[in-house]
Amino acid sequence: MIDTLVLRGSFPVAELAKQTPRQNMSKTISDATLKRQHLSDRLFRGTTRMFAFIVFALLVGIIISLLLGAWPALKAFGIKFFFAAEWNPVTDEFGALVPIFGTLATSAIALLIGVPVSFGIALFLTELSPKWLRRPLGIAVELLAGIPSIIYGMWGLFVFAPAFQEHIQPWLIDHLSEVPMLGFLFEGAPMGIGILTAGIILAIMVIPFIASVMRDVFEIVPPLLKESAYGLGATTWEVVRHVVLPYTKIGVVGGIMLGLGRALGETMAITFVIGNAHQFSTSLMMPGNSIASALANEFNEATSDLHVASLIELGLILFIITFIVLALSKLLLLQLAKREGKQT
Amino acid sequence: MTNYALPIQDAAPDVRSAPTEKLAVRNLNFHYGKFHALKDINLSIPGNRVTAFIGPSGCGKSTLLRTFNRMYELYPHQKADGEIVLDGENILDARQDLNRLRAKVGMVFQKPTPFPMSIFDNIAFGVRLYERLSTHEMNDRVEWALKKAALWNEVKDKLKQSGNSLSGGQQQRLCIARAIAVKPEVVLLDEPASALDPISTAHIEELIHELKEDYTIVIVTHNMQQAARVSDCTAYMYLGELIEFGNTDTIFTTPKQKATEDYITGKFG
Repeated sequence: MIDTLVLRGSFPVAELAKQTPRQNMSKTISDATLKRQHLSDRLFRGTTRMFAFIVFALLVGIIISLLLGAWPALKAFGIKFFFAAEWNPVTDEFGALVPIFGTLATSAIALLIGVPVSFGIALFLTELSPKWLRRPLGIAVELLAGIPSIIYGMWGLFVFAPAFQEHIQPWLIDHLSEVPMLGFLFEGAPMGIGILTAGIILAIMVIPFIASVMRDVFEIVPPLLKESAYGLGATTWEVVRHVVLPYTKIGVVGGIMLGLGRALGETMAITFVIGNAHQFSTSLMMPGNSIASALANEFNEATSDLHVASLIELGLILFIITFIVLALSKLLLLQLAKREGKQT
Repeated sequence: MTNYALPIQDAAPDVRSAPTEKLAVRNLNFHYGKFHALKDINLSIPGNRVTAFIGPSGCGKSTLLRTFNRMYELYPHQKADGEIVLDGENILDARQDLNRLRAKVGMVFQKPTPFPMSIFDNIAFGVRLYERLSTHEMNDRVEWALKKAALWNEVKDKLKQSGNSLSGGQQQRLCIARAIAVKPEVVLLDEPASALDPISTAHIEELIHELKEDYTIVIVTHNMQQAARVSDCTAYMYLGELIEFGNTDTIFTTPKQKATEDYITGKFG
């Protein structure tokens, strides 16, 4: 019995099972014990596999139900759905251009502002900040992530939008609407709410996510690796640019994707500040709509089947956009890996 | 292993007759917060020689090494007082430019630390920080550094591969090549072979022996045989103090201090 215990403590069971016949240990571990262990092992494997496959099944199920729900709209509008700006429940004319543009534009603005700011926050927290400031600042960033989106929406509508309308928008319109190539983005009247406002609110919402992921991955860079770069005489920026960022690229892209995922799907805050207007305009100053916002606003009032189907198709499109974004991020990582040399 | 030449048997130089003094440490004190890690260190490190720091863990030998390129400045609450004179300049002076200092004093660490980039870029990284070289010149420089580090023949066909794809010993030689590519004057080695197998260690030691022709080398090692094999001068440290410093032969055969003898003969440590 003591032998059994010692052996079981020092060998993996499977290894032992293989050796059993040759080394004649069948006396020390009974067949029943082995069988039971095999069974529990198989059971464990089966359970975890089932959990993993549930995810897969759910994904397929959601896609199928979206496709079925959107079928009337798919049939009625076809590919035109993507390019038509018309959204008229009265005449049953639906096109997704405005919400698609709104979703993409607000998310792009959010990342354009959010990524550099988050990068700065993470960099400061890990490389530059004095030690006593790290914890309070880190906690503040995490708290920011915990604020419910409706609060951001209300703050955006009642505090940010009026201030933005009064102080910043007029300046933007005056100074940037004449700029060649970019001017069309800033035409129009200062209305407070609109695509740009929604994008900025989104940026504030995604910053804590991206910043805390970036901070976490920057922290796992081995100190020796950084010291080696400093030891060659590199400045902090050079170390971050050439060593920290390449070392953490997967985590950094992951953090940005997390933020982008939130930006694409954000509903409540956007509904408050985007204006919910189904009018197409390339100007970021004008009110627009986003997919998630349109869904939240209109499902209650959608009476015709085609309206409901069109809304579901919007949901399907959001799904596809997310999928494409994920695929692109994988491609980006592959490209980066190729640039720094093959692994074998 | 058999044809491995012991560096110091034939030409052990006397410290006092060493041609130049490269680094002079004067009244150096070092604090980690309140902990007094180095106490009044006075030391003269000769140029174009290998100087080894030995001593038990926590005796301050790595700390002393890290003052030579002021690596400690990356961390708060670490402070050095006193003087370290390199070529007539006090490098502890607040006006000393850290990047210039570190270009002059290269360092290799306990573990290989290849940067996440290709082998070529690993070497070129440091060079690009200071020099604008044409592609041709850069190729030459990378080849030169890799040859110096005795790695060229093993990697010349795969310069585009990741530095991480090399074996541990090759990675460490890559790090040495990277350090000498910027043409420093002093090379600090902080237990460079502690993570390596015996054959790779022998490679590194052989390399150290060759490098001292051009560089002043300071090595921290836990391994006393290694210190005896590679160094010309040895400093024995204990609890933040420099107990004895002198010619390696003398230290290992007829140490003046009882403490040194105890450590070297294995009675202690």
